Amino acid sequence: MEIKKPAMAGTLESSDCQVTVEAGEGKIDLELNSAVINQFGNQIRKVTFETLERLGVKDVKITIVDKGALDCTIKARIEGAVYRSLEQIEHLPWGGAIR
Amino acid sequence: MINAVGRDIPEEILELTGKEVFHGNHYYDGYEYRKHGPMTRCVINSNGSKLVDSIHDVLVKCGIKDGMTVSFHHHFREGDYIVNMVMEEIHKMGIKDITICASSLGKAHDPIVPYIEDGTITNIQSSGVRGKIGEAISNGKLKGLAIMRSHGGRVRSIVTGETQIDIAFIGAPTCDDYGNCRGIGGKSNCGALSYAMADALHADKVVAITDCLVPFPNFPAHISMTRVDYVVEVDAIGDPAKIATGAAKPTTDQRKLMMADYCTQFVVNSPYFKNGFSYQTGVGGASIASTISLAKEMKKRNVRMRFGVGGLTKPMCDLLINDQVDCLLDTQDFDLDAVESVKDLRHFRISAGQYADPFNKGAVVNKLDFVILAALEVDVNFNCNVVVGSDGMITGAQGGHPDTAAGAKCAIVIAPLLQGRIPAICTEVTTVTTPGESVDVVITDYGIAINPRRQTNCKEDNLSV
Repeated sequence: MEIKKPAMAGTLESSDCQVTVEAGEGKIDLELNSAVINQFGNQIRKVTFETLERLGVKDVKITIVDKGALDCTIKARIEGAVYRSLEQIEHLPWGGAIR
Repeated sequence: MINAVGRDIPEEILELTGKEVFHGNHYYDGYEYRKHGPMTRCVINSNGSKLVDSIHDVLVKCGIKDGMTVSFHHHFREGDYIVNMVMEEIHKMGIKDITICASSLGKAHDPIVPYIEDGTITNIQSSGVRGKIGEAISNGKLKGLAIMRSHGGRVRSIVTGETQIDIAFIGAPTCDDYGNCRGIGGKSNCGALSYAMADALHADKVVAITDCLVPFPNFPAHISMTRVDYVVEVDAIGDPAKIATGAAKPTTDQRKLMMADYCTQFVVNSPYFKNGFSYQTGVGGASIASTISLAKEMKKRNVRMRFGVGGLTKPMCDLLINDQVDCLLDTQDFDLDAVESVKDLRHFRISAGQYADPFNKGAVVNKLDFVILAALEVDVNFNCNVVVGSDGMITGAQGGHPDTAAGAKCAIVIAPLLQGRIPAICTEVTTVTTPGESVDVVITDYGIAINPRRQTNCKEDNLSV
């Protein structure tokens, strides 16, 4: 899947995270800023890469500002941002790429 | 050596501090000791004046030298200028190896971090630290020890001589030329001066720093001239706009409001809720919200409070205004409404020693029915952590948490199951601030847990336990 235009999902409320995706430079470029980076930084990175892989996104500049979101929230926000950037708001692959 | 809450305290620390490990709340009940008295320089000659021109001059007069202990109080909260002002001067004079004994340190004191790094400050004693000082200590930049004591514990250590203060600096909103200090009447009012009282009684030299010099006598004095060596007038002792920034504003967070509601339901259904009960809260969002909802229940059920203690905020002072409480006992004011309330004759200022010192002949906290507290973490043994973040960074202050929890008949701790994705209810807290034996009830967003040690004396109606 190719990121066409910048898109964003999520908020900066506690327990949420704000995900921004932009066209990349040939690879996955993750910028992570988290309130719990010392405890959960690696876990958040793992979830991010897994989610992008499932969505088939290989070329993206992704920025996550995390306020202590759980894994399910991070996943949902990444999926939201990616499909918004594709401008796809109907016929989403529930149970497929989106789990 | 393993202490009463199961933590291993390194022998090295026991040797350095000369202390025993924690043996339980009542280990020192009935303990006898002689109090530490200050070296006192008499002022008999009536020609003398206590006014000194500058911080520099007063440090010289007090004989500042390497290795001394200087003390501060934190009533100006995040608006405090005193600590930075004095430490900057000490640093300029090239003094090293200073111990700071403050009642608390906050983000306002970030500018002293370079003095930690260059060895001007080598020991810190406080109720907690926030901001960059917390990071500096957590990263091992402090050469000596950081000792975090509760408000009562700080007074105990000063009174017993465990901490010997060489020079105490008291920020006084108003002061006369003979050293009578008051917390009100000036341009940077903080209300009470409770935490400075032990310093004034037990420090060898006592310096009042004011930005509002008034004619003698500045009565009724909160700290008496009989305790003060020197008075210095400066342009500003604090930023009035930031003095009252300790407390959270009334919260709109639905989860906190729900927990506050659970808390009030618990309180009104407990046997201690009856005419003449006593009450204290911390200043977390949920604690403040529970005072507001409790006030409604008190009105509805026609129950009157005998006294409220604090750490006072507007909702507590409203109880006084609405005549729902007989009196307030005040150690510190978190907002301008509380500072204003100090003028009420039923609003009494008490010293930190009266409030919580376990080594006096009885403190106010022992007379509390309820205390409502918050915590960063609570573990399955009811131990609470309020000082160290889950990532190991020192990031908070305990204040009177352990004192009030130990003293009150019913100590209630409010904490959500999750703070962001950090579990606030956990198997083992990062650091034990308040031992589980002090904590009676833990209130979360999912329900209420009663300490198994107490379950026989509490009843709970319509609540999920």
